[in-house]
Amino acid sequence: MSNANPPGPLDYLRRWPLQLWLIIVGLFLYVPLFTLIAFSFNDSKRNIVWRGFTTDWYVKALTDASLLEAFGNSLTIALLSTIVSVVLGALAAVALWRFDFKGKALFEGAMAMPIVIPEICMGVAMLVFFARVMPWPQDMIWPLNLGPIVIAHISFSFPFVAVVVRARLASFDRAQEEAARDLGASDWQAFRDVLIPHLKPSLIAGALLAFTLSLDDFVITFFTAGPDTITFPVKVYSMVRFSVTPEVNAASTLLIVLTVLLTVVALRFQKPQEIAH
Amino acid sequence: MSSHATTPAPGTPIITVDAVTKRFGDVAAVDTVSMTINEGEFFALLGPSGCGKTTLLRMLAGFETPTEGRILIDGKDMAGVAPNRRPVNMVFQSYAVFPHMTVADNIGYGLKIDGLPKAERDRRVEEALALVKLEGFGGRKPDQMSGGQRQRVALARALAKRPRVLLLDEPLSALDAKLREAMRFELASLQHQVGITFVMVTHDQDEALAMATRCAVMERGRLVQLATPSDLYEFPNSRFVADFIGSVNMIEGTLKTDRQDEAVIATAELGDVFIDHAVLGNEGGTLWLALRPEKIELRARTGAVPPKMEDSPEGLNVVAGVIDHIAYLGSESVFEVILLNGRKLRVIRPNLTRWDQEDFVEEQPVWLSWHACAPAVLSG
Repeated sequence: MSNANPPGPLDYLRRWPLQLWLIIVGLFLYVPLFTLIAFSFNDSKRNIVWRGFTTDWYVKALTDASLLEAFGNSLTIALLSTIVSVVLGALAAVALWRFDFKGKALFEGAMAMPIVIPEICMGVAMLVFFARVMPWPQDMIWPLNLGPIVIAHISFSFPFVAVVVRARLASFDRAQEEAARDLGASDWQAFRDVLIPHLKPSLIAGALLAFTLSLDDFVITFFTAGPDTITFPVKVYSMVRFSVTPEVNAASTLLIVLTVLLTVVALRFQKPQEIAH
Repeated sequence: MSSHATTPAPGTPIITVDAVTKRFGDVAAVDTVSMTINEGEFFALLGPSGCGKTTLLRMLAGFETPTEGRILIDGKDMAGVAPNRRPVNMVFQSYAVFPHMTVADNIGYGLKIDGLPKAERDRRVEEALALVKLEGFGGRKPDQMSGGQRQRVALARALAKRPRVLLLDEPLSALDAKLREAMRFELASLQHQVGITFVMVTHDQDEALAMATRCAVMERGRLVQLATPSDLYEFPNSRFVADFIGSVNMIEGTLKTDRQDEAVIATAELGDVFIDHAVLGNEGGTLWLALRPEKIELRARTGAVPPKMEDSPEGLNVVAGVIDHIAYLGSESVFEVILLNGRKLRVIRPNLTRWDQEDFVEEQPVWLSWHACAPAVLSG
């Protein structure tokens, strides 16, 4: 390649400022994560000094009943809130896309609120709501005791799903829906056979977003959780308050592995040509 | 003004549009349109964009409802009948092939919705694939196909339902020029083969003339003329139709004499023009002459005496001019001729031999002449 030609996108990577930038990004993004994972195998009660390799902390984490309970709660909450958020978010997006109605702008604005409102405010609001306006009965059996947290998670997740689905809807050729109707499909059949398949990638992306948002939410959960319910982030927070043992690292590593696996599975569901579209 | 303005076609009516108006807000996209489409016709709705032709087609399909008037298909009033319950199917301008389904699934979709058993469905899909010459493409996905092939899929999908009427929305507009030409013949022969009534919307007059048995020309929501392609071209009923279909030299004049088998129209640009039929207008009234470029004959002008046209009086239907520009198009040459009074006329001359294009050169003085039956006389 001669000097007269402007450099291609990848050529920039051969220049030192960009290489330095790459190194810095890598450093701050991945080194903490790898440190966390590495020290989960540390044969020491303290996290600072490396003493040798062990998997004891994983055994400890996996046999810690309260940690497992928190983990189970988190997964249950994330699963329930994801399902409801995807349905609710997709329907809201379709409604906004298809219909013109009075107060549409207001509805759109109101729906974006949970995205922009500071989490701490949402948390306090939820706390007040479940304490005064709609008290959730205490001592409910599992998983009903998770109700307030699930409701809170849905309320901040579904707008994200709606945003993703709405973006995808913009590329939908409405003639396809009309074609289905023309071929004899009812409104519902056209929705199921034509619109949903088109939205599939955005539904998967939205679900992934909702799931991770719910799984790692601390602030809002902290305010809405009853005295006896605990989730994984809240549990980790309380563990760290005593001391940062490698057990916390081990539990966190398990969570990282789980989310990465989920992402891979979700991406597998999307066929290559559907990503390209 | 000929008696050819509206040609009724023989046959049994399958679609009746009865004084249909469609308003969007204050705008009447379709304005009191009435027409009858007969069984087995290849019917074209023709007009410039925004003339209401697509709205009318969408009302036939059921995607729009008329503000006023009725639409009957097969004798049944379509008011309140949803698109999925009408005996018509549509080929969309964008084809609207379902990208997530295979070609076979696309074509079989309507049959599946109808609850046909799998074996019967497969047979009908194969049949439809053969009809559009896509045998063996059933397992493909639409994004592995060309635009022309996707259109065939859309066509097969609509035909597989065996509709009473097939609606086509600008079916050829997305294809390249060569393919478009080939598809014209194919669509026409396909229509012949299946014997279903086709109703096509197009803004392309060539397309309509080439394929349709009858055309309805629309302008600003109104039906202007409904006739066979040749009647539209040779006997337009208005300046709009004459101008929209093909190219034309439009000359304004006043009616001088109007008798049983002859009329004379005085024009500023062509002098007195002799017509070999009665015009049935008010003497002294303003009329227009629509003279098609290929109906004007070119002759080299050497002397001052104009040639005599055998069917017109001496000195009439002939004018002097100078060739301003020649466009050689292979099959024909298009001449722009400036008359002595400055008016430009367009003349088309077929190149009958391989030397014809050398008969005339630019700047050459010529005589322009035409037969007494060549110009169409228009009153509006």
